[in-house]
Amino acid sequence: MYDTRVRGILIEGNKSYHQITEDISTPVEQKPKRWWYISMAISTIMLLGGVYAGYITISQGIGTWGLNNSVAWGWGIINFVWWIGIGHAGTAFSIFLLILRQKWRTSINRAAEAMTVFAVMCAGLFPLIHMGRIWLAFFILPYPNSRGPLWVNFNSPLFWDVVALSTYLMASATFWYVGMIPDFATIRDRAKKQGKKIREKIYGLLSMGWNGSSRTWFRYEALAMILGGLTAPLVISVHSIVSMDFATSIMPGWHTTIFPPYFVVGAIFSGFAMVLTLMIIIRKVFKYQDYVTVGHLDAIGRILVFISLIMGTAYMTEIFVAWYSGSEYEYYTFFVNRISGDYWWAFWIMFTANAIVPQLFWFKKLRKNITLVFIISIIINIGMWFERYVIVVTSLSKDYLPSNWAEYSPTHIEVMLFIGSIGLFALGVLSFFKYVPMVAASEVKSILKPTSEKE
Amino acid sequence: MKKYYKSIEEFDSNSLRVAEGEFSVDGIPKEEIESKSYTSRRDFLKLLGFGVGYATLAASCEMPVNKAIPYLIKPNEITPGIANYYASTFYNGHDYCSILVKTREGRPIKIEGNELSSFTKGGTTARVQASVLNLYDSARYSCAQKSNKATKWETIDSEISNQLSQIAGAGENIVILCSTVISPSTKQVFSDFSTKYPTTQVVYYDAISYSAMLDANLAMFGQRILPDYQFNNAELVVSFGADFLGNWISPIQYTKQYSSKRKLTKEKPEMLKHVQFESNMSLTGSNADYRIPINPSEEGALLLQLYNKIAAKAGKTALANINTEVDVTTLADELWQNKGKSLVISGSNNFNNQAVVNAINYLLGNYGTTINLQKPLNFKQGDDDKMKTLVDELNAGKVGAIFLYHVNPAYDYPEAKKFTDGLAKAKLSVSFDEAKSESAQLCQYICPDNNYLESWNDEEPQFGVFSLTQPTIQKLFETRQAQESLLKWAGMEIDYYAYLKRYWELKLYPTQKTFASFNSFWEQSLHDGTYEIKDLKPIQIATYNDAILIETSSAIANHKTQGIELQVYENIGIGNGKHANNPWLQELPDPISKVCWDNYLAVSYAYAKENKLKIGDLVKVNDKFELPVLIQPGQANNTVSIALGYGRTNTGLAGDLVGQNAYMLIDNKGKNKIHSISGITIKTVGSKHILALTQEHDSMEGRDIVRETTLIQYKANASAGNEKHKEVEEKSVTLYSKPVFDGHHWGMAIDMNACTGCSACVIACQAENNVPVIGREEVINRRIMHWIRIDRYYSDKVENPEVYFMPLMCQHCDNAPCENVCPVAATPHSNEGLNQMVYNRCIGTRYCMNNCPYRVRRFNWYQFTNNKKYSFTDDIDLSRMVLNPDVVVRTRGVVEKCSLCVQRIQEKKLLAKEENRPLKDGEIKTACLQSCSADAIVFGDLNDKDSNISKAFENERNYHVLEELHILPSVGYLTKVRNKTEKEA
Repeated sequence: MYDTRVRGILIEGNKSYHQITEDISTPVEQKPKRWWYISMAISTIMLLGGVYAGYITISQGIGTWGLNNSVAWGWGIINFVWWIGIGHAGTAFSIFLLILRQKWRTSINRAAEAMTVFAVMCAGLFPLIHMGRIWLAFFILPYPNSRGPLWVNFNSPLFWDVVALSTYLMASATFWYVGMIPDFATIRDRAKKQGKKIREKIYGLLSMGWNGSSRTWFRYEALAMILGGLTAPLVISVHSIVSMDFATSIMPGWHTTIFPPYFVVGAIFSGFAMVLTLMIIIRKVFKYQDYVTVGHLDAIGRILVFISLIMGTAYMTEIFVAWYSGSEYEYYTFFVNRISGDYWWAFWIMFTANAIVPQLFWFKKLRKNITLVFIISIIINIGMWFERYVIVVTSLSKDYLPSNWAEYSPTHIEVMLFIGSIGLFALGVLSFFKYVPMVAASEVKSILKPTSEKE
Repeated sequence: MKKYYKSIEEFDSNSLRVAEGEFSVDGIPKEEIESKSYTSRRDFLKLLGFGVGYATLAASCEMPVNKAIPYLIKPNEITPGIANYYASTFYNGHDYCSILVKTREGRPIKIEGNELSSFTKGGTTARVQASVLNLYDSARYSCAQKSNKATKWETIDSEISNQLSQIAGAGENIVILCSTVISPSTKQVFSDFSTKYPTTQVVYYDAISYSAMLDANLAMFGQRILPDYQFNNAELVVSFGADFLGNWISPIQYTKQYSSKRKLTKEKPEMLKHVQFESNMSLTGSNADYRIPINPSEEGALLLQLYNKIAAKAGKTALANINTEVDVTTLADELWQNKGKSLVISGSNNFNNQAVVNAINYLLGNYGTTINLQKPLNFKQGDDDKMKTLVDELNAGKVGAIFLYHVNPAYDYPEAKKFTDGLAKAKLSVSFDEAKSESAQLCQYICPDNNYLESWNDEEPQFGVFSLTQPTIQKLFETRQAQESLLKWAGMEIDYYAYLKRYWELKLYPTQKTFASFNSFWEQSLHDGTYEIKDLKPIQIATYNDAILIETSSAIANHKTQGIELQVYENIGIGNGKHANNPWLQELPDPISKVCWDNYLAVSYAYAKENKLKIGDLVKVNDKFELPVLIQPGQANNTVSIALGYGRTNTGLAGDLVGQNAYMLIDNKGKNKIHSISGITIKTVGSKHILALTQEHDSMEGRDIVRETTLIQYKANASAGNEKHKEVEEKSVTLYSKPVFDGHHWGMAIDMNACTGCSACVIACQAENNVPVIGREEVINRRIMHWIRIDRYYSDKVENPEVYFMPLMCQHCDNAPCENVCPVAATPHSNEGLNQMVYNRCIGTRYCMNNCPYRVRRFNWYQFTNNKKYSFTDDIDLSRMVLNPDVVVRTRGVVEKCSLCVQRIQEKKLLAKEENRPLKDGEIKTACLQSCSADAIVFGDLNDKDSNISKAFENERNYHVLEELHILPSVGYLTKVRNKTEKEA
């Protein structure tokens, strides 16, 4: 058997198989605690705020946002890119590590994938609500029609976006779901024993008649691998394409060849940070410290240091090229508008949060300090939001002709939409806590023997 | 008959018979069933389908009631879909323009310049362009009113006639108070009216007065006239605060002349030199080669110095001399060199200054070359002194009846309170105002005049130059032309049309020899809209008399000022405030400050710094009203200025309570109203008022957006200042093949040396393309919808900057960055090089807006059209009558932009096709081009090598904005050339 002992102990606490089943299935079977209801209520209120803002936007117009003739994209697109970035964690995490046969992923991948699905859902909302005429959004789909037929513009990165995003959502949702089938079957079987008829029905349906035979297992694992292999390129393609929304334009600060890798890395960066945030909450609340060990967090921390260095390099490269290219517009955007101009604070928040603060993870001591790790993970999330803010707003607000230069600040409607999307995400995550086994029990069991403390 | 059959079964048809009783229903014989149900299954389905379909249709779809009534017999001249043009004249007592009215299906929808007019030569201004919207203004009076209540015309007629006879019988004064009337027939009406009521007196009152000029000319040339200035004969123009390109006397005419002298060609590399002394930055000053900021009070001293220096050269005695900071020695030298080819003018309403200006021009021999006294202009004949006397008489109760025609003294008289008090004392007060005004509501009777587009009239802008006004639509409301009212009250039952025609037959028909019958003369004049008397006997001018100079010079020398000086001025959009209720004009950004929907206190940079004032800070001016501050580069230090025409209180939804009324600050103590006063107090209030600016950044940041050079450099090298164009063309490398256009390839070129920034094109475009007005709030949000905007940049010192204007519309790039990013292909490229916008395909992702480096794309952030919130009128349906049916009205959520007036291109293309001929160069005129008084815009086919546009593109001065991006714009700009030596004068 593949020896993962190099990683140290992955599951702590000398668990037996049954104990694992108990640990993981209990939150699904038990009545949730009070905090869960409170959190649900708060997230619902946030979501309702977002729904209201969406209603206002659709019924009155994009004029309710703070955009203008010069800055035609704002928080809507910032949030879109931010959520997409977060949505990269699941795929990057579970699929890359699955293909690389990294067994330590098993206790985290389920939550990461769930996060991906909810984040991509949140992301998908923004380009839609952002349209001037959302009721004609179907124009963007290439379907045979009686208007000529009139096709979409295959040259437009926005169309690529639609394709990439929908593919990504479908693939990651499928991958997530397929991974959950054996665990759903476990809950089904336990429900049968507990005499819970409805639960047995629902989870029975979800587990698609899983019977645990070795043939089923064989097929299941093969499918997981194939899906993983198919989805892995999407991690690269989705955010590369999102970056082309900017890179194919001619705006200074957008028109950059570095964008695709820069965006992909950035996305993985923010995704991992979000995984970190979420896992720290889960292990604390559900007492999963044995599954999500300090070792896990340590590994993510190490990855973040590495990615943060890439981010720093990317920032420096952009700035260097802005000077080296000799383009006065690029120079102005980077050196005047971003580093020292009206938006210096946004730039420096971005730079500090993404390139400097994560450097603390060089120290093992700090990586073991869970509170600190949690705070840094939040800082990275904020920093990555500001990265998109800097890209979208600074480039648009002061571009080629100074006569057009205009300021942009969001209205409460835009802020509420963002909060609403966080509410939606939180609702998804909370439902995930309640209705789905948060850790892939079957996969964790597969690594229990060779990696637990007891030999 | 033979029987043909295809099969045995058919031959033996019995074999097809169904078995007996197969389909019978229990108990009922088959025959009976067949005979009863004549509805087959198929029919049943048809009926069902129809029934359900119809029921759905009837139940769910609201059927609109169509009120369109077709012509029973089509009038010859009206074809639906084809525009008709009628020559007419716009005159409102203040602005004059000879125009063509474009009507569609009987509605006037657009004003164009009349090229047949020798006076305005096809030029227009923003205010003229916007005047069509006044026709559809809901603030117009829809019927006659007595004490502000609707009354019948018959009642009013009898009451007024009775009162008039009583008043005249008692020998009391009857006054017709009007702004300058230039219509000979109207003057005839006045005189007929006076015949009936002999105590009648006509008083001319202009809100913005030129009284001092008239008086100075009376004193020195024996005639109270405004001369005809001919800028096209001048090589050097020195203006002291006269905004002749914007508002002064006859700006269309002067802009035409000025720009013709400013345009450069290789054959004629010479241009007029323009020096401007002024305190506030005016449109004219911003175009000057040299602009010297001075205090208004310094003007007299400078003029005296200039006079003395020139008098020394001419060998005349010097007048009193006052030292000034500015040295005019070189200017005097230059003027002397340009004797007979120069022009000195002053915009102040100060008799002394105007007298010295006349004297300088006389010494320079400009009379007869650049100044023509023999064919004077008829505008602005108002007499300040007479108005003052009238107000006193009103207050003394000496005026029995007063008629207000085209005037609004309750708003624009400096001592408005005094006037309104007096007005209340008149036994009879009648207003002819067509729309709500402060004065009209105080009158006993309102007898609303027709809009000029519903009226017959004639005008004589210049001695011997006539033009006609003709109605282009049936009266919208129960209004009556003022002339007709007066005639009726004078007991003459004649409609004004007949009266006018008779006047022309008697007075003008005999002055020509071309036409043998009056009818053909009348028809030709009406068709052309203009008539000019040839071999006219000029006006007799008395010999020049400068006796008053001694007196005036000592008056100038003794003039004392203190503290901060204020200059009030007319701005481009609102002018004297008469059309403040026109939302187009309210939303027209001031060409200099780029502020709309407000007036403000313009202060100098130094003053703002000294007093720690920021833009938008509210200050109290002379304890009269609060105004926000605007820091105006080029504003003379120690001076402030305020635009007139704002602060209306009774004009309608758009204009009420916008800004503050600065007329009340005008100095009315002396013989003439003085538009500048000293000793102004400015107190900060502590609060802020956000100004609606359409441009907030004034510097080009060192980018070569507007390329410029000086005349000397241009003479040495025609592509001076434009070296980069050649470099870009040479270095341009692409992997793609250059786009090819087989048929036409439309292009536009803008001569930045001719463009004065007057903004007529902005309003013309708005009218032509149904561009919505969005209001102050949305302008503050930087969402203005104008398809063409005029960027204004400053360079050099903030105390006295150089100003640049750049009209910018969609550049129709052949390699357009907006096109490839649209996901739904809503903005494709036409095969004639136009960047098109397909509104009903647009879903509003706004990527195109982001990727347009010129930022000329506009988004419908809200439902701007047909929406109460953004209509600025009480009657949306009425205001929508102005819409151009050739241009789609855009809905919320779509992007729009300049189409290069594709509807006009199409119209002329179809016409050429119909007439089976190729398109002529210059046949297609975009709305902006048509409106341009300066002829700064060229439009045409780049594929036609002989076209003007091709020539413009080959001009060494031509370049494209941001051409280094290789987006291949189809709009070119010709470099700005200043007639400047390298060193400051």
